[in-house]
Formats: sequence, C-alpha cells, structure tokens
Amino acid sequence: MRAYWELAKSSFRRNSTYRLAAFSGAFTNSVFGLIRASLLLSAISTAGGTIGGYSAVEAATYVWLGQALLAPLGLFGSAELAGRVKSGDIAVDLSRSVNLTASYWAQDVGRAAFDILPRGVPPLVIGALVTGLSLPTTAGPYVLGFVSVLAALTLSFLGFFVINLLSFWVVEIRGYWMLYLVLMNLLSGFLVPVTWFPQWMLDFARATPFPSMLQTPVDILAGRTDGALSLALVGVQLLWLAVLLAGTQLMVRYGSRKLVVQGG
Amino acid sequence: MAETKTAAPPAADSSPVTNAKLLRLLVSARLRSQTAYRGSFAADVAGQMVLALTEFVELYAIVHNVPTFGGMTFAQALLVFAFASVGFSIGDLILGETDSMSEVIRNGKLEVLLVRPLPVLLQLMTSDFQLRRVGRLVFALIALAAALFLTDIQWDPGKVALFIITPLAGAAIFGALFVGAGAVQFWLLDGRQFANAFTYGGRYVASMPGAAMFLPLQVFFTFVVPATLVAYAPSLVLLGLDGPAGIPSWTGWLGLPAAVVLWGLMLLLWRAAIRKYTGAGG
Repeated sequence: MRAYWELAKSSFRRNSTYRLAAFSGAFTNSVFGLIRASLLLSAISTAGGTIGGYSAVEAATYVWLGQALLAPLGLFGSAELAGRVKSGDIAVDLSRSVNLTASYWAQDVGRAAFDILPRGVPPLVIGALVTGLSLPTTAGPYVLGFVSVLAALTLSFLGFFVINLLSFWVVEIRGYWMLYLVLMNLLSGFLVPVTWFPQWMLDFARATPFPSMLQTPVDILAGRTDGALSLALVGVQLLWLAVLLAGTQLMVRYGSRKLVVQGG
Repeated sequence: MAETKTAAPPAADSSPVTNAKLLRLLVSARLRSQTAYRGSFAADVAGQMVLALTEFVELYAIVHNVPTFGGMTFAQALLVFAFASVGFSIGDLILGETDSMSEVIRNGKLEVLLVRPLPVLLQLMTSDFQLRRVGRLVFALIALAAALFLTDIQWDPGKVALFIITPLAGAAIFGALFVGAGAVQFWLLDGRQFANAFTYGGRYVASMPGAAMFLPLQVFFTFVVPATLVAYAPSLVLLGLDGPAGIPSWTGWLGLPAAVVLWGLMLLLWRAAIRKYTGAGG
C-alpha cells in the first residue's frame, strides 16, 4: 500500500512543476466553456425554456462543471504505457513488485489531485461570473459527488488503460486510441448532455460505461439527481468499474505472456 | 526518416534536386510508411471518420431539439458545418503537425530540421503528411454535398465564386492558425494547450452558426481570430441571410483577405520564433 501512496505523491509533485501547462489548460478549457455554454444557452432560449430536462442555468452549470472536471478526470488520457511497450521499458514495469494496473492508477490519482485546483477552479469561477451556476446548498450531493468523481476518474483511467494494453498485441495503437477518444467524448456527455441526444442514441450511450465517466459525476455534483437516483447512478459506476477491472486484469495476464521485449 | 528517404527511388537524372522534387519524394515516402501497418492504418482512417462524424453529431444533438439554431435551419447549419470541416481538414492535413511543435523542440528534432537545406515549415508539412486525415476530408465533402442538396441557394456568378473560394480560404485560415500555434510554443514550451484555444477552438466556432454565440465571442472570433469567416459568414451570403450584430453579412467576402493578412502575420511570428530558438547542443 505504501508504494502506491508514494507513487501517487511523486506523481502529484511531478505534475505540480508544470504550472504553465496547467494554466494554459485552464485557459483553453475556459474558452471552450464560453463557446459551448453560449451555444447551449442559445438553443435553450430558442426552444423556450428547457431541452432534455436542462434549463438555461442548469445547462450552463453542466458545461462549466464538465470543463472543470475534464482535465482532472483525465478524459484526454495518457499513452504512457503504450510508449513504454514500444521502447521496451515495460519490462522494468513488469518486473517491479507492484501491480501494474494499480501502480499506473496511483500515479493517475496523484495527477488528478494536482489538476483539480489549477485546472478545475478557473472554469468554475469564469462560469459563475459569466452565466451563473446552480449548485446545491446541502452537503449530500458534494459528498456523493466526491465518490462519483473518484469512480469516474478510475473508470476513465481503466478505459484508456485497456487501449494502452492493446499495445501488447499490436504495434501501433494510435488508430484505436483515436477511435476510443472520439466515441468516449461524445457518449460521455462531454460535448452535449446525453439527454439531448435522439432517443436511439441515448439508449446506446446508456448501454456503455461512458456516461459514468462524466455525465454522472456532473449531474450529481450539480444536484440534478436526488438521493436515491444518485446512489443508483453510483451503483452503475461501480458495476462498470468491476467489469473494466476484470477486463484489464485479464489483458495484463495474457498480454504479458504474449509480450516480447526486444533487446535489453 | 532518413532510411525511408534513401529507400525511395533515387532521382535518375542529374538535374539539381529542387524543393518540389524533394517534397514529392518526402511525401511519397511518408505515405508508404503510413500504410505499412495495415490494421492500425485502417483504424486510423476509421478514427478520423468517426471523429468527423461525432463533430456532426454534436451539432445534430443540439439542432434536432430546436426548429432553428442561431437563426439557421438544420440544412443551413449543415452547410456551415461542412464548409468548416472541409477547410479545417485541409489545413490540418497540411500543417496540423505544427500543433506538436513543443515536442519537436523538446526532444531536439528541431535542430535536425534546422541543419537541413529546406525551410523548416516545408519539412514539418512533409514530416507528418497524414493520409489518415483524408478520412476526415472525405466525410466533410460528403457533408458539403448533402448540404448543397438540402439548402436552397439562388446561384449567381458571385456566389459561385464565393463557393469556390470559401473552402480554400478556410484551409488557409486554419493553416495560418496552425503556424501561429507552432510559433507560440517556442515561447510557451509547456503552453501547447494555450494555442489549442485558437486552433481547435477556432474549428469549433467555425462549424457552428455564429449567431448562437455571445456577442463578445462573435466579435472576437470574427475580427481577431477570423473563425466565423471560414464558414458562417460566407454561408450567410450564399443563403441570403442577415448576420447577427457581431458578424454582419458583408463579412462573408472577408475570408480570403483575412487569410492573406493572417498568413503574413503568422509567418512573421514564425520567423521571430525560429530566430528566438536557442539549441541545447543536442
């Protein structure tokens, strides 16, 4: 356990040195937030009130929470593992006495812990100033929201980890990566809330783990879902967590038998 | 890279190797190397098509909820989207590589480019001429054809000219933005994402009806970063619509002049960036 804690801590420190990167990320996410919020608000005002259950201020809140959580949740992923398979460094990782998945996860949690403040707060502040936010006033949604964010972070990590692990079998994963990234961005509700989709697409999105990676924590944090529904949504997250965890463990097990590292 | 170059058929005649000849050689070597891993290449192309598709779905997910979006019907918004996609995918195909300039600088590749007797920009254009990005262009052209079929445009010679100019001006505007994004990274080595606000942010703005944005954003993305001039403004002229306060419909003809001005500015910035660069002796 100690090893993972240290890994998370050092990852936090590593990320904290790149302050300009954090600042420019927050800037860009805020610009996108402005564009996205104005588009959704314009549509809502044309529709006359609400779309997909979102009023103007709720949609704006949705956009800003999404922009704030985008970086901490790691929705752009990391291709570090695949890079290490390519370079052969993976041999070092596999010979360590820690679990491969858990050690990468610990580092991702450390990264997220740093990202949440410099990358998460600016979009929310700008959102509060420009469009206003509708946030719950009781503690419940924040507590459950924290759990949900942690679950979403882990789900997002595991999803990208699966794509990274493909590099045990194929030489170049960039195409699979791209395919995964664009599908995830769309179906997680990052671009537009999934309830805005046409019905058939909504059904399709809900059959995937993607809404659990963003839409769920955002809706819970915004207080859009009440206690029982929020708990059920977190339950769905945990279910997908179990599925993806089992999947990655199987892939690591069979993949590391298949893997051939050249040279040494 | 050096290996693929020598593997290409050598110039048979003894005439001097011109930039154009080198360019052709480099691009063809690139193309062959990209198709080497078939599975990944197929996934790459599919990924690019799905990417274009999700950009469309993002628009559709909004538009299908409302009769008009930013004063445009679905077909009209599709025209804007298609123009923006064609322009962006051509710009991205040719100059998208400058987006990752900070990595080129950080791992010392830039010094290799600087010592070669070819302009750095030209080398960057060929170093990652990515065939897979054609997938995006194909989708964009299909969308454009569909938009033309669905919208009702009263054609006249001026509009035909504008229709032809628009994708080219759009490609030039995005190309210039990519050059600028690359140049900025010489100063902000870790600030790559900063430039994304203007390149990818510009693409996002360009593909949506401009009237649906807040007024300050309209003005900024028309007169500072000319993203709405790529697709929305010319579409207003073609469709005979009036623009919002920040994007009057006469701006529809500004795409090409804006592209020229922007290229001038961004090339100056690029030159300053290259001059500013100090190698670490790699």
